[in-house]
Amino acid sequence: MNTSMLLILALLLMAMAFTLGRKRSIAVAGGSQGIRNLNSLPGYYGTLSALWCGIPSILILVVWVLFDDYIIQQIIIQELPSSTQALSDSELGLLLNTVSNMAINDTSTLSAEPYIIAAAERLNSLQHISQMALTVVFICVTMGLSWFSWMRVSPDLKARVKVENVFKIALLMCASIAVFTTAGIVFSVIFESIKFFQSVPFFDFIFGLQWSPQMAIREGQIGGSGAFGAVPLFAGTMLISAIAMIIAVPAGLMAAIYLSEYASPRVRTFVKPALEVLAGVPTVVYGFFAALTVAPYLRETGSMFGLSVSSESALAAGLVMGVMIIPFVSSLSDDVINAVPQSLRDGSFGLGATHSETIKQVIIPAALPGIVGGILLAVSRAIGETMIVVMAAGLAANLTANPMESVTTVTVQIVTLLVGDQEFNSPKTLSAFALGLILFVITLILNSIALMVVKKYREQYE
Amino acid sequence: MKNESIQNKDGAAKPSTIDLVNKNLAKRYRAEKRFKAYGVAAILFGLACLVILFTDIIGKGHSAFLQTYVYVEVNYDADALDISNVNDPQQLAIADYSAIVKSALREQFTDAKSRKQRRNLYGLVSNGASFTLRESLENNPALLNQTVGLWLLADDDIDTYYKSRGDNKDDAFVGRLNPQQVAWVETWIDQKQIKKRFNTTFFTSGDSREPEQAGIMGAMAGSLFTLLVTIALSFPIGVAAAVYLEEYAPKNKITDFIEVNINNLAAVPSIIFGLLGLAIFIGYFEMHRSIPLVGGLVLSLMTLPTIIISSRAAIKSVPSSIRDAALGLGASKMQVILHHVLPLAMPGMLTGAIIGFAQALGETAPLLMIGMVAFIVDIPGGVSDPATALPVQIFLWSDSPERAFVERTSAAIMVLLAFLITMNTAAIWLRKRLERRW
Repeated sequence: MNTSMLLILALLLMAMAFTLGRKRSIAVAGGSQGIRNLNSLPGYYGTLSALWCGIPSILILVVWVLFDDYIIQQIIIQELPSSTQALSDSELGLLLNTVSNMAINDTSTLSAEPYIIAAAERLNSLQHISQMALTVVFICVTMGLSWFSWMRVSPDLKARVKVENVFKIALLMCASIAVFTTAGIVFSVIFESIKFFQSVPFFDFIFGLQWSPQMAIREGQIGGSGAFGAVPLFAGTMLISAIAMIIAVPAGLMAAIYLSEYASPRVRTFVKPALEVLAGVPTVVYGFFAALTVAPYLRETGSMFGLSVSSESALAAGLVMGVMIIPFVSSLSDDVINAVPQSLRDGSFGLGATHSETIKQVIIPAALPGIVGGILLAVSRAIGETMIVVMAAGLAANLTANPMESVTTVTVQIVTLLVGDQEFNSPKTLSAFALGLILFVITLILNSIALMVVKKYREQYE
Repeated sequence: MKNESIQNKDGAAKPSTIDLVNKNLAKRYRAEKRFKAYGVAAILFGLACLVILFTDIIGKGHSAFLQTYVYVEVNYDADALDISNVNDPQQLAIADYSAIVKSALREQFTDAKSRKQRRNLYGLVSNGASFTLRESLENNPALLNQTVGLWLLADDDIDTYYKSRGDNKDDAFVGRLNPQQVAWVETWIDQKQIKKRFNTTFFTSGDSREPEQAGIMGAMAGSLFTLLVTIALSFPIGVAAAVYLEEYAPKNKITDFIEVNINNLAAVPSIIFGLLGLAIFIGYFEMHRSIPLVGGLVLSLMTLPTIIISSRAAIKSVPSSIRDAALGLGASKMQVILHHVLPLAMPGMLTGAIIGFAQALGETAPLLMIGMVAFIVDIPGGVSDPATALPVQIFLWSDSPERAFVERTSAAIMVLLAFLITMNTAAIWLRKRLERRW
C-alpha cells in the first residue's frame, strides 16, 4: 500500500478506536446508567483511544517515509562494484540518478552496464520490500495500540485530563511555529551567507563601492570580474526610502491629527476606510502605476524644465512608495494620538491654548515616542518593499544622491539574482542571501526598537 | 472690554496682558486655520492619490474586456486542409487550418502580391483563429467543402488600432502596422467586417505570448490553489497559537520569547519569507519549484503572525465572566475554550483571517523567489502543478513590450482588486453582522 492509502487507513483506524473506546467505557461502567461512575465522559475515552492509536502510528509513517529513501540509497551504494566506490560525490549522484531512472522505466528493455541493471533491479525490490514492511509494521502497531487502549479503559482512567494535556501540547506546538519560522529564516540566510563570505570577504561586501555580480563563467572572460560591494545598494535603498518618508510622514501624520482631533464622526467613518484602501492595494499594482504612469509623467515634466529625469528614476519609485505608506503612518499615529489622555487636552484648553497649540505643544510631545515608533516601522517597511522598486527602479548600481537618476536597491538585487534558473552555489546566487541577511538584520533592529518604544509608551498612559 | 494701559516710570505704555493676548489672537487664529488646512490637505492628497490610481488603472484596462474580431468567409476546402475522412479526430486535429484562413484573406485582398505583403496580410488575423475553425468543424463536420462566414480573432495590433480609432481614423494608434495593413483594416471597417465582442478569452485561457490569446484563468487557478493551501494551514495553526497564548501560556520567558517572535515576524519583509521558502522548502526538502503547494506554505508562514495577532484580540474580547460561568458549572479548560470562547470569538477571528488572506492574495515578492514566475500556458489542476499567481501574472505582463499587454495588465489588476475588495467587504460585513459588544 502506498503512503496516502496508509494515512487514510490510519484515520479509519482512529475512528474505529474512538467508537471502540467509547463503547468500552460505557460497558465497563455498566451500561448507560453507570456513566456517573466514570472519571470522564465516554467521548473522552474514545478520543483518548483514538489518540493513543493514531499518534504513534502516524509518527512511524512519517519517520519511515523520511528515511527509507536514504537507507535504500546507502544499501545500493554498498552493493555497487568496488570500482564505483572510489567515485566522487557528484559522479556517484549521477550514477544513482541513472539507476533510479532505470528502476522507474522497465529495466529489461534498456541496454546499460550489467551492474547498473542489477542495481536498478535491486532498487526496485528494496523499494517493494520497504513498502511491504511499512504496511505490515504500520498495521501491527495500529492494531496493537488499539487493543492496548481498549484494554486500558477503566472507570479510574483520567481520560479527560490526558486528552486535555495532549490538546495543550498541540496548541503549544502551533504557537512555537513562529519561533521555528524565525529560526528557519535565520539559518537559511546565515548558512548561505557564510558560504558567500568564504569567497568574498565580509568587509569588501559591506564597504565596497562597486556592485557588478556577473561572474566569469570560464577563465579569462571579459567583463565578468564580479564585484560585490554593497554600498551602492544600501545608498539606493536609503534614497528611495527617504523620498518615500518625505511624502508619507507629513501626509500620514497630518491626516491622523485631523482625523483624530478635528474631523466629525461622519467624516471619520468615510475617510478612514478610504485611506485604508490605499494600504490594501497590492504592491504589484503600485509598481505598475509607478512604472507606467508616474515615471513617464515625471520624465515629461522634467524635460519641460530642462531636467533629464531617468525613466527608472528613484523619484518615481519613492513617490509611489510614499503614497503606499501614508495609511500605515496615519493609522499607527492615530492609535497613539487617541491614547493620549483627555485630561492633558482639557488642561491645555483650560489655560487658553487654541486647538492647534494644544496639538503642537501638548499632544504631539506626549505622543512623540509612539509616533517615532510608528515611523520606524514605516521605514522598515519601505526598506523591505520589493515590488514597487523591482518594477519602477533600475538595475544599475549607481552611487548617487540625485533622485532623478536611476538607482537600485537591496530587494531589487535579491529578486534579479534569484529569479530564473541559477546554480545554487555560485557567489552570484549566494550574494542574494547575504543581502537578505543584511535586510533581515536591519529590519529586525528597526522593528525591535519600534516595538519597544511603542510598548513603553503604552505602559506610560495605562 | 476697554483696558487702560498702565503707565510705568518712563511714561512709556506697558501693554496689559489682555492687550497682548488680543493682539496675538488674530495671528493665533490664523495659525489655527492654517494647521487645520494642512490636515485637510493631507487627507485630500491621500484621497486624490487613491482616485488617480483607480481612474488610471480603470482608464487603461477597461478596453481589455472587449476584443476585436474580423469577419472572414472561409472555405473549408478538404484538399487544402488535407482531410480525407471528416470523422477521424486525428485528421481534424492536425489539419492545416491557417492555410484556408490565408487563402480567404488572399481572395479578399488581391493587392497583396509580394511574399512580404502576404505575410503582413496573414498577420492581421491571430494565429489562434485556427482553434475557432477547428472547433466549428468538429462540431459540424458537414461544413467540409462549404464556405462559411466566421468571426475570427484579430491580431493584437489591429485590436489596439481599432480600439484607439474611435470615429476618426487619424486618432488611431498605428504602432507596428504599415500603411497597407491600415488600408486593409479600413476596408474591413468600411464594410462593417470588424467588430468588438466581450473578451471571453481573457477569462478562460492561460498565459500566451500573443496578447489577444492571453488570459488570466491559469493565474487565477494558481492563486486559488495557493490561497487554499494558505487557508488550510494558517487558519487552524494561527487560531491554535492564539488560544495557547491567551488561555494557557504561563507568564514566563518562553512565552515572552514566542510573543516577541510573532511581533517581529509580522514586520519582516515578505521577500525574506521567499528566501526562507527557497532555502528550506526547495533547497533542503527538495520540493518542486513553481508549485502552489510551496507558495501556499510560504504565504501561510507570512500570514500566520497577522492571524495570531487578530485572533488574540478576538479571544481577549470575550469577557471572562463567560469563562468563569462555564468553569463554575464544571466544564474543563478545553471545554470552556471549545464550547464557549472559540464560538464567541469566531467572527473576530474570521475577520482578521480574511484580511490576512487578502494580503496573501496580493503578495508577489515571495512567489518570485520560489519560481512561480515561469511562463505557464496550461491551467494548473492541483496544488502540485506548476503555476503562477494573479499578482505574478500582472508583474510578468507589465514587462511585456506589446501595447496590448498594457490594457490586459490593467484589466488583470482590476480583477485582482475586485477579489480583494470583495474579501475586505466580506470581512467588514462579517464584523458588523456577527460581532457582539459586551
